[in-house]
Amino acid sequence: MTLIRRETLRGGLSLGALTLLTGCDLSDHDSVQRVLARFSQWNDRVQAAIFSPGRLAPTFPEAMAVKDFRYNAWYGPDKAPRLDPAGYRLQLAGRIERKAPWTVEQLYALPQVSQVTRHVCVEGWSMIGKWSGTPLRTFLEQIGADTTARYVGFECADGYYEGIDMPTALHPQTMMAFRLSDEVLPMKYGYPFKIRIPTKLGFKNPKFVTTIYVTDKQPRGYWTDRGYNWFSGL
Amino acid sequence: MTTQVDEQRHPLSRRILHWVMALSMLVMIGSGWRIYNAHPIIPDFTFPEWATLGGDVQASLARHGDPGVASAIAWHFAAMWTLAIAYILFMAWGFVSGHFRRDFLPVTPRMVVRDMLAALRFRLAHRLGEYNAVQKMAYWGALAAVAVMILSGIAIWKPVQTYPLELLFGGFQGARLVHFLVMAGIVLFLVVHVMLTLIVPRTLLAMVVGRATERRHDTAETVR
Repeated sequence: MTLIRRETLRGGLSLGALTLLTGCDLSDHDSVQRVLARFSQWNDRVQAAIFSPGRLAPTFPEAMAVKDFRYNAWYGPDKAPRLDPAGYRLQLAGRIERKAPWTVEQLYALPQVSQVTRHVCVEGWSMIGKWSGTPLRTFLEQIGADTTARYVGFECADGYYEGIDMPTALHPQTMMAFRLSDEVLPMKYGYPFKIRIPTKLGFKNPKFVTTIYVTDKQPRGYWTDRGYNWFSGL
Repeated sequence: MTTQVDEQRHPLSRRILHWVMALSMLVMIGSGWRIYNAHPIIPDFTFPEWATLGGDVQASLARHGDPGVASAIAWHFAAMWTLAIAYILFMAWGFVSGHFRRDFLPVTPRMVVRDMLAALRFRLAHRLGEYNAVQKMAYWGALAAVAVMILSGIAIWKPVQTYPLELLFGGFQGARLVHFLVMAGIVLFLVVHVMLTLIVPRTLLAMVVGRATERRHDTAETVR
């Protein structure tokens, strides 16, 4: 506790110095980053507390869904992984009873629902789209995942990795999206499926998922490792 | 002509809350500008990098492929707590203690117009420890603006958990626009606020040490 207080104090002093020294930005100092990380962890707890498992993200009329959805990644669409439908296998790991890998055919045969929801990017843009697929909850139940575990993690073919809290994984609108605008999810948008979570910021919606695991240890996230908030709920 | 000593007093609680809000607001503005730059509302208008908060953009880009937005958001979501808590305490204390009633009231449109005209003719005398109608209006405006910032900020931060709230602002993008426009209003207030402080530095002294005095020579021509 003393350490936290000392860091907070040092952060406060740095903050004061910041306003006096124009043009000097102390954000990159380790002590400042540590204080900001503490706030971010506090915000994780606050967000988990105000997340309501039964509250649905707003849905919109199908006419409002964008047909030509924005491509978004840190690499260009030509660099997006092209997974071979025949060779693809979804691997399962962690606290799951039935860990046999899944083929695209098996995944696409799962019961499906559709949603017209809004994708909100951490940068501030938002876009409404129509996604169809299987509720993640249905899939987790089918594979015998331990839903009393705390987290669900994802590994992706493009080197991306993400993880979410179990209440969000079990939320009725969290889905494995196989289709975008009624068409099989195009290669660049994350074929064979992306995790669509309308209660999370866009970067918590991983694409090209190759592994799903269930764990009690908070999974790291690609952008979280680069300083973004972990929970990032909406 | 009479001579009198005017006095301005700021109790410690008011001074602490004032400076916590001031610092928090600077952090919110600086980091908010960096976040704005990631997806500008006005096409082709971005804030100069040196005026934004969130570390070295080029280093962050080189290391992470992140345009320095992660740090800016971390600042923004840290200072939002200090700002909101200080603001709520300041408002509650301002109403309960009588500070607002004594110092920011009465104020009517007629008084504002009268003092505005007097100011434009350089006839508006400053009396330490007493606010003219334009100042009173500005303080109410700034306090109301912070409330709108907090509400539109919540609508942007939690558009699902607080869903109907964004409808007040015309949807999610509407809330972003309101958040941006009211920020501009607050920046304008801060510029004028600081300029006036520089013209009458004793007011700054009072907000730092708690008390300042000034001899006043009243003439018939000045309007209070």
